[in-house]
Amino acid sequence: MTDSPLIEVEGLRIDLNDRASHVAAVEGVSFRIDRGETFGLVGESGCGKSITALALIGLLRQPLSIGAGVIRFEGREIQRLPAAEQRALRGNRIAMIFQEPMTALNPVSPVGQQIAEMFVLHKGKNWREANQLAVEALASVRVPAPERRVKDYPHQLSGGMRQRVMIAIALACGPDLLIADEPTTALDVTVQAEIIELMRNLCAERGTAILMISHDLGLVANVCRRVAVMYAGRIVEERGSADIFRACSHPYTQGLIDSLPRLGSRAALGRTRLREIAGVVPAIADFPDGCRFNPRCAQATEICRTTAPELTLLDAGGLVRCHHHA
Amino acid sequence: MRAGWSGAITMHEPAARPGDDVILRVEDLAVHFPVGGGLLGGGRRLLRAVDGIDLELKRGECLGLVGESGCGKSTVALSILGLQKPTRGRIVLDGQVVTDRQSVDRKALARIVQIVFQDPYASLNPRQTVRRTLEAPLRLHGVTAKSEIDGRIAAMLRHVGLRPEQAGRYPHEFSGGQRQRIGIARALILNPRIIICDEPVSALDVSIRAQIINLLLELKETLGLSYIMISHDLGVVEHMSDRVAVMYLGRIVETGDWREIFERPAHPYTRTLIAAIPDPLRRAPLATTPGELPNPLNPPDGCAFSPRCLYAEAVCHREPGPSLETRPDGHSVRCWRADEIAGQTALASTESGHP
Repeated sequence: MTDSPLIEVEGLRIDLNDRASHVAAVEGVSFRIDRGETFGLVGESGCGKSITALALIGLLRQPLSIGAGVIRFEGREIQRLPAAEQRALRGNRIAMIFQEPMTALNPVSPVGQQIAEMFVLHKGKNWREANQLAVEALASVRVPAPERRVKDYPHQLSGGMRQRVMIAIALACGPDLLIADEPTTALDVTVQAEIIELMRNLCAERGTAILMISHDLGLVANVCRRVAVMYAGRIVEERGSADIFRACSHPYTQGLIDSLPRLGSRAALGRTRLREIAGVVPAIADFPDGCRFNPRCAQATEICRTTAPELTLLDAGGLVRCHHHA
Repeated sequence: MRAGWSGAITMHEPAARPGDDVILRVEDLAVHFPVGGGLLGGGRRLLRAVDGIDLELKRGECLGLVGESGCGKSTVALSILGLQKPTRGRIVLDGQVVTDRQSVDRKALARIVQIVFQDPYASLNPRQTVRRTLEAPLRLHGVTAKSEIDGRIAAMLRHVGLRPEQAGRYPHEFSGGQRQRIGIARALILNPRIIICDEPVSALDVSIRAQIINLLLELKETLGLSYIMISHDLGVVEHMSDRVAVMYLGRIVETGDWREIFERPAHPYTRTLIAAIPDPLRRAPLATTPGELPNPLNPPDGCAFSPRCLYAEAVCHREPGPSLETRPDGHSVRCWRADEIAGQTALASTESGHP
C-alpha cells in the first residue's frame, strides 16, 4: 500500500464524441502522484488538462468520455467501481477546487451550509454537528469571524474569501488528493499568494497530495515538486520543477518559458524582443499528424511531420516527447 | 465637410510644441460615485474610486499602471477616454483641457486617445465583419471615399500582422490572438497618439502573448505612439513600461522609472506586489500580505495600506498617507516611513534580492 502511488493514470484517452466523428481530446496521458506529493499539469486552454482532471474525479460528461486507459486510486481502478463507491470517493477522498468560485458555489445557499453538507454526506454527521464543524473549517482557512461568515451567501464574499470557502469545502473531509484547477487565475497576485500558501500549508499538514492545473508555468514550478507540460492533448514533457526552467527539453516548454517576460529579466538582459511561438494552438479536430507541435516548431524536420514521437526517458531524469530533444 | 479633418487624421502632426514633451497630463483627478441613499439622500455614501491622482505621460513613452482590481485604474482610463466624468480635477490631452464639458469634442478626443480592451472575444461585434468594424470610425470622422477607406483598412491590417483579404471575415473566424490584432487595428485606425492598453494580453493563450506584446512595442516605435499600460502582470509591465505608477485604493502610492520601481521599490505596497510573484526557479513560500484591498466605501483610517503594511507605525494608522513626494530622480513615494524602509533594504540587499 505504501509503495503504490496514490493515483496512477495510464494511457488515458478522452474521446470527444461528436455526432459525426470521434476525436481524441486527450491521448496517451500517463502520470502518477504519490501520497502527499505536489504535481502540476501545465498547458494552454484546450490542451486537455482540465478534462484530464475531470476524468480523475469521474465527472466527465457527454460528449466527453474515457476512451482508453486506466485510472487507479490506491491501486483500484476508479472506472470499475460501482457508482456508489465512486461517489464516496468524490469529495471525500478526492476533492476539487475550481477557477471561479462564484460559479462553483451555490449562490442561494449560505456558505456554512455548503461546507456542512460535506460532513453530513460523507461523515454521517447530523446537521447540528456539521454546522459546528463548518465554523471550524472556515476558521482553518483563516476566514475572519467564521461564526458570522457561515451565514453569508457567496455574493457577500470577496473573490479571495470565496476561494477560501472552496478550499474549506474541498478539505472538509480530509481528502488524500486535492485537485486545484486554476485556483488563483481570477485573483490578484497578493490574494493569489495568500491562497497558494494556505493551500500549500494545509495540504502539507494533512499529507494531502495536490494536483495543480494551471496555464502559469512559473506558479506551478514554484508550488509543485514535479511538472508535466501538456500540448494538444498529450504530455510533451515531465520534469522535476527544479529543472524545468533551467533545462527543459521540449521546444514547446522552451517556447513557453521564452515567450513570457519574467520579472527581473529586463533589468538583467535589457529589453529584448520576446521569442514568439508562431501560429496558434490547434483545435481538437485539427490536431496535426506526427508531433502535434510540429507546425509551430522551429526545429521540426520530416520525421516530426509524419511520426508521433514517444515519451522518452531523459538521462537527467524526466520524460520528453520529441524527436530532437535536447 | 469640415476642412482639415482628413488631413489631421491621416498623418501625425509633428510634435507641435517643442519642449513640451508631455502629451497627457492628469491633475488631481477624482471620481466619486454616490452609493445607496434614500429618496431624501439619507444614508448616501461616497465611493471614492479615484481620489486625487496626478499622472504625466510623455510622447513616445509607455506608462505602466498597476494595482489590484478595485484600485481605480480602469476608472482612470475611462476618465482619460472621456467616458467617465470626473468629480474633480483636469485632464490635459495634447495641450487641450478635455475635462471641461463645454469645450470638449468627443470626436476630437477619439482622434487622440483610444483603448485596446482585455477580452477580444467580448469587445468585437460578432455580427460585423472586420471591414465594418474598422470602417465605422473612419466614416464617422469624415473619411467617405471608398478608395481611401479600403486603402487605410488594408494598410492597418498589414500593420497589425493580418492580411487585407481577411477584412471580409467575422470575428469568430479568427483565433484569440488574431482578434486582439483586430482590436488593436480598431484602436489605431484613426491614428491616435495615445493608446490605453487595458490588460491587453491577459485573456490570451500564453503562447500567443509574446506575439501581441512584440506587436504593441513595434507599433509604438513605428507609429510614435504613447501607451498607458494597465496590467496586473508585473512581468509584462516591467517589460513594456518606461515609467510605472502604482495605485492603491484610488491613489497613486509610488511612481518612477521602471528600473527604480522594480529594483528599488520604495512603497511597502509595491514591495508586496513584487514579492507576491512566484519565483519559478525555486519552490519557496510566497510572501503573503494579511488582508485584502479595503472596501473603498469604508476606507481605513490613516494610510489606506496601513492595515496590511508590515512597516506601519502609530503615525500610519493615525494620519492619512503623506502627499506624493518626488525625489530628484523623479521617483515619488507616498509613505511616512519610506526613508527608513529604504535604509533597511540597503542593509538587507547585500544578502539577496528577487532573481
